[in-house]
Amino acid sequence: MMETRHLHKKFGGFIATNDLSFKLEPGARHALIGPNGAGKTTLINLLTGLLLPTSGEILLDGVPLNGLSPEKRVNLGLVRTFQINTLFLDMTPLEAVSLVIMTREGSTRSLFGSLRSQAPAAREALRLLEQMGLAEHANRPTRQLPYGRQRLLEIALALARKPKVLLLDEPAAGVPAADSRQVFRVLDDLPKDVSILLIEHDMSLVFRFAARISVLVGGALVASGTPDDIADNPRVREVYLGQTRLKRETAA
Amino acid sequence: MNEDILKPFLERARWQPMEVAFWLFVIAAFFLFPDYRVLGAQVLVIGTFALSLDLLLGYAGIVTLGQAAFFGTGAFVAGWLGKYGWHEPLSGLLISGLVAAAAGAVSAQLIVRGNDLSRLMVTLGLGLVLYEAANKATALTGGIDGLQGIEFAPLFGVFAFDMYGNVAYVYAAVIAFVLLWITRRLVNSPYGMTLQATRMNAKRAVAVGINDRRTLAIAYTFAALVAGMSGALLTQLTQFLTIDALSFGRSADILIIAALGGAGYLYGGFIGAAVFVIGRDMLSGISPAYWHFWLGLILVLTIFFARGGIVGSGVKLWRRIAGMRSARP
Repeated sequence: MMETRHLHKKFGGFIATNDLSFKLEPGARHALIGPNGAGKTTLINLLTGLLLPTSGEILLDGVPLNGLSPEKRVNLGLVRTFQINTLFLDMTPLEAVSLVIMTREGSTRSLFGSLRSQAPAAREALRLLEQMGLAEHANRPTRQLPYGRQRLLEIALALARKPKVLLLDEPAAGVPAADSRQVFRVLDDLPKDVSILLIEHDMSLVFRFAARISVLVGGALVASGTPDDIADNPRVREVYLGQTRLKRETAA
Repeated sequence: MNEDILKPFLERARWQPMEVAFWLFVIAAFFLFPDYRVLGAQVLVIGTFALSLDLLLGYAGIVTLGQAAFFGTGAFVAGWLGKYGWHEPLSGLLISGLVAAAAGAVSAQLIVRGNDLSRLMVTLGLGLVLYEAANKATALTGGIDGLQGIEFAPLFGVFAFDMYGNVAYVYAAVIAFVLLWITRRLVNSPYGMTLQATRMNAKRAVAVGINDRRTLAIAYTFAALVAGMSGALLTQLTQFLTIDALSFGRSADILIIAALGGAGYLYGGFIGAAVFVIGRDMLSGISPAYWHFWLGLILVLTIFFARGGIVGSGVKLWRRIAGMRSARP
């Protein structure tokens, strides 16, 4: 579905991404973990086209994405969410999700058309908001929504694109435990043919969600495998899991 | 599914009672203030020019210091048409607007890249370049002495422009209404939603598949069309123009008018223009030198105490009153 081949990214002398090759299978539930500064954000920016790789290739359905603008990659089905809410704060959820659907359908090329003719898009938007438990907030300005609801809207905007590949950048960041369960219930209900790459710090969420886990350290993949493989991998325990456990113990 | 929930979105563009009241007042003013039709026509022209800036400021989120470039372009194209034999006003207006739009489409490529500061500098720079070029090309533009010998045929071959501003007022009002109506459709269309999304959060707009540069370029081009037509309208009403139409002062004034009236409501420019033109007319009778003093003071007070300008503050107040009323049992 999506594949990177020997991806390199250098900022001056600093190597942010080092010979990264990995595959995201159709319907994958793949998590990417790694300590701070491991290059997770750089990788997302490379995949979505905000950064250009120093060398290497990114392919979506076998088609190279090199040189394609970020919005063209979205049109091909590669869609992301943001770690920090990145929303249209003065729109209502209904407006924002309808807008994304209209963009997907190409109806935003209409310069002088009326929104009255966009009832199908609005209906689809409301259905999506209902699935996400956001219907009661459909017509409230986004900036008035509680944080947890905004987090769900963050995901809803991406889903409205009907992505083939969904990049979730810490979808539950900053969400209280009760609400994060709802975030992951939503993720569990996603269509099975959507490939998901989850970038997440919270280990319990990663092990609950992912069928495969890759570990990024210093811009390179140090391990990739099933959750059990990763949990048993001594290298991973050393660079990552041990640290978190240590951190948790000291925090407790 | 409860279709009522969809209504606020589907009927976003419904005409509001205040809008209808505004246009009824424009009609009524013709009869209520017969001695001020020339001044009224001027308010409508400047208000239409400010509408073009509102589209950029309030909807696209582009701050420009060079909108007079398109106003002046339209004004001069209309002037040359009137001077060299194309006297029919309506077609002249359209041609002038299209030339300004073409200039807008070309310069948009420089505007849509970069950030707020670079846009401010590029629009300012282009405006200065055009002004000085027009100043040097005296044979073409008449320089600071102005372009002489402009003539226009009567509207539809019947209604000649008179010195009382009767035809001028009606003509300006109709053009202002048509341009507002078209701009209104633009900002409330599916495209208009992407424009507003780009202003609110360009990063997210791109991440949901919106081509932000193309979106902004369309708005910039359309704003140039409206600015050009308002410039042409002024030439046709006054049958005279100088390179002042292209000046930095003109760009700054229109930015003040749009901010004073309130950006993002389509009507702020007209309200701002009324305050500006009528205020200047009244105050300059008393102490002409102090006009910009008072204007500056009003502007600073507006920014600090009435954010959203006159229209924005009015809308906020209205919503608060309506909210209090609906909260009552």
